[in-house]
Amino acid sequence: MKSHVIVFPGSNCDRDVAVAIKSISGQKPEMLWHKETSIDHSDLIVVPGGFSYGDYLRCGAMASTSPIMQDVVKKAKEGVPVLGICNGFQILIESGLLDGALMRNSSLSFICQDVLIKSKNKSSVFTRKSKLAKMPIAHNEGNFFATSEQLKKIEDNDQIAFQYCDETGNVEQSSNPNGSLANIAGILNENKNVLGMMPHPERAAEKIHGCDDGKIIFESIFN
Amino acid sequence: MLAKIYITLKKDVLDPQGSVIANSLKSLGFNNVEDVRQGKFIEIKLNNKDKDDAQKQLGEMCEKLLANLVIEDYKIEIE
Repeated sequence: MKSHVIVFPGSNCDRDVAVAIKSISGQKPEMLWHKETSIDHSDLIVVPGGFSYGDYLRCGAMASTSPIMQDVVKKAKEGVPVLGICNGFQILIESGLLDGALMRNSSLSFICQDVLIKSKNKSSVFTRKSKLAKMPIAHNEGNFFATSEQLKKIEDNDQIAFQYCDETGNVEQSSNPNGSLANIAGILNENKNVLGMMPHPERAAEKIHGCDDGKIIFESIFN
Repeated sequence: MLAKIYITLKKDVLDPQGSVIANSLKSLGFNNVEDVRQGKFIEIKLNNKDKDDAQKQLGEMCEKLLANLVIEDYKIEIE
């Protein structure tokens, strides 16, 4: 399996994702600087977390105009799995690959904590093995918003990948850390080959992290 | 010419920062404050000669990059 991790100025989860991919798939991903213009054959493209371009204008807005993103969008439309984590999710939304918007957390605070998520979609390449999982979030703009038409489309087409929930899997407002609409922690595109998620699976991918629930997403992709 | 672009959250989108600013203004004694909406202001210097062309291009800039049309509206003023 050949995978690629895109690196923008301000990315800071690129190496963590690379370590997780290497340990789970056995193959080191290729790191691609955002100024590159094309991606060779790829089985997985990861747009990692961080603070690309210092979050100028809107999180992910500047990075979405980087040269490499044209080919990321092209490959995504051809069906290549694309995973955006945290700032990567914001970049995929700004690139038009995913619906909605990620707004400032409703508490107006940066939130860094473990959350529980469950997958609603169980058929995509990313979620087919998913179960209730614990992983960290660390963001200031993770408050998912969509217009009522977009939300209906996302729900009707089984595009909700993950929702914040409690220990028993109940999706309640009390388990919603950032004000996201319908407790949405991650969504898929219409074809289910693009996933954007705010929680960080790569930060919960080994026992030494205190939890390795995040592995399941990578195992789902690679096995 | 100089363009001034105002980007604001759509009316039906909650603006928690605006609410906090409104509360702070009230705590300073400005009890006449009813609501605050916060946004962005961008100035763009252009070398266009034709105002209509500039208006059209600025609209494209807003739609492609400067505003997120899911949550934001924009207004363009040209001086």
